[in-house]
Amino acid sequence: MKQSIFTIVRNDALTDCVYKMILSGDTSAITAPGQFVNIALEGKFLRRPISVCDYDDTTLTIIYKVVGKGTAQMKAMEPGEKLDILTGLGNGYDLSVSGDKPVLLGGGVGVPPMYNLAKKLTAMGKKVTVILGFNTKSEIFYEDEFRALGCDVIVATADGSYGVKGFATTPLADLDYTYFYTCGPEPMLKAVYKATATSGQMSFEERMGCGFGACMGCSCKTLTGYKRICKDGPVMRKEEILWNS
Amino acid sequence: MEQLNVNLCGIELDNPVIPASGTFGYGYEFAELYDVNCLGTFSFKGTTKDARFGNPTPRIAECTAGMINAVGLQNPGVDRVISHELPKLKQCFHKPVMANVSGFSVEDYAYTCEKLDKEEQVGWLEVNVSCPNVHGGGMSFGTSPEAAAEVTRAVKAVTTKPVIIKLSPNVTDIVSIAKACEAAGADGISLINTMLGMRIDLNRRRPVIANTMGGFSGSAIFPVAVRMVYQVAHAVKIPVVGMGGVSSAEDVIEMMMAGATAVEVGAANLVNPYACRDIINDLPGVMEKYRINNLKEIIGGVQLWEKM
Repeated sequence: MKQSIFTIVRNDALTDCVYKMILSGDTSAITAPGQFVNIALEGKFLRRPISVCDYDDTTLTIIYKVVGKGTAQMKAMEPGEKLDILTGLGNGYDLSVSGDKPVLLGGGVGVPPMYNLAKKLTAMGKKVTVILGFNTKSEIFYEDEFRALGCDVIVATADGSYGVKGFATTPLADLDYTYFYTCGPEPMLKAVYKATATSGQMSFEERMGCGFGACMGCSCKTLTGYKRICKDGPVMRKEEILWNS
Repeated sequence: MEQLNVNLCGIELDNPVIPASGTFGYGYEFAELYDVNCLGTFSFKGTTKDARFGNPTPRIAECTAGMINAVGLQNPGVDRVISHELPKLKQCFHKPVMANVSGFSVEDYAYTCEKLDKEEQVGWLEVNVSCPNVHGGGMSFGTSPEAAAEVTRAVKAVTTKPVIIKLSPNVTDIVSIAKACEAAGADGISLINTMLGMRIDLNRRRPVIANTMGGFSGSAIFPVAVRMVYQVAHAVKIPVVGMGGVSSAEDVIEMMMAGATAVEVGAANLVNPYACRDIINDLPGVMEKYRINNLKEIIGGVQLWEKM
């Protein structure tokens, strides 16, 4: 974990309510796709945890949905403005167990962390299939970006307005894959858990206090004990997950 | 050269800054960020007789200038704290530490305190009779003078180290409770724990916290904390540890002028993990600004306006 000041390079709309922010700064604490950052905003008491979409040595890309006052404040920020960010939070995905043909399933704002993961897996020579799930055509983002990485990309929309009609899990039945990685809303994670034939890793979300393991605000029960989603997660292995209901 | 050292119940602290229980784990998470030996001490995560998961999530919510938590004393239980957490704490922190204890019966408190009292690294026992997030324990012991005194007596009977009773602000008369603890043998009083609060999500028409209510903390509660520290410090002879919304060196000095011998910093650690280190670094400059040479000399030093 590292606290540092980032400068906004770009802050653009991808859809009606989803924005992409590129920042420049010290990314040295980020070690794996699936980690997140925690952003301090003027006048807001707690930081905003946002997943890392992509990063290199000097830039950080995040994609966020405007859902409340904090993200509305982020949306209004201009290039050149600065943000105090804690980086390198959470465990991230373990790429070493992917097999040759991993499938990545992203739902809504669960799509962004799949991007750097797909980039790293394709660089490792894996045949990566990405399934992007959205409610409707107007909410779709990043389809072309995943294609540009060389992934097989399948888009599913719940209302059938684009691609496969159904959920991110709908195309799984006809797919040959060695392992899965996923991030999305909890109902989707549960569906992925049931629909997948292999082992895999899923990234969870919870209201957080600190984001670095101190406050115990985001704890969950797993088959391997109590875990803090911010510190011991957000990525959990399928085998350790204990659903609440 | 400014003097920052204070004496808390017979143990010398290099400075009065103490991360509050529940915001600093068992120290080692923060030791990855900075040398935690710069702290006066810290109060480790509230420990109970048995392991606890705590309350269902969501158990954190933001408010204006603060937050609500309903964690509910998640901890691995006293035996595992002694076998697994204290050895790790010892590697990164080389000063006496404050052991924070909670319970659901008088016997629980005594049991857990007796075990922690025997641990070499424990300097003080901070007995939490004020957790607002558990039923049938915690705060229910801190809302009546008799119950708080009973816990104090039971803990004092089985321990050798200074016992500091941590009080709740969610009471009608905090002074009477502090006095009852003092009369029962407490070596110090710490206050305030969080204030019971609640928020409602208008879209979902549900409380933002799964447990309905939670403890409100952060800079918003600072004035209430200063007032209660002032009231208690001027009513008891034992040292008072002040806390509640402290987030700057100026806040530390204000708490001390109100009557605190040492000052705990809670929610600020969750927002800025370097908060306590920064406060300690800022203290000499702020002392100079207010012409304070020795922090000990300002304890309880607020001068009231003359009555017209």
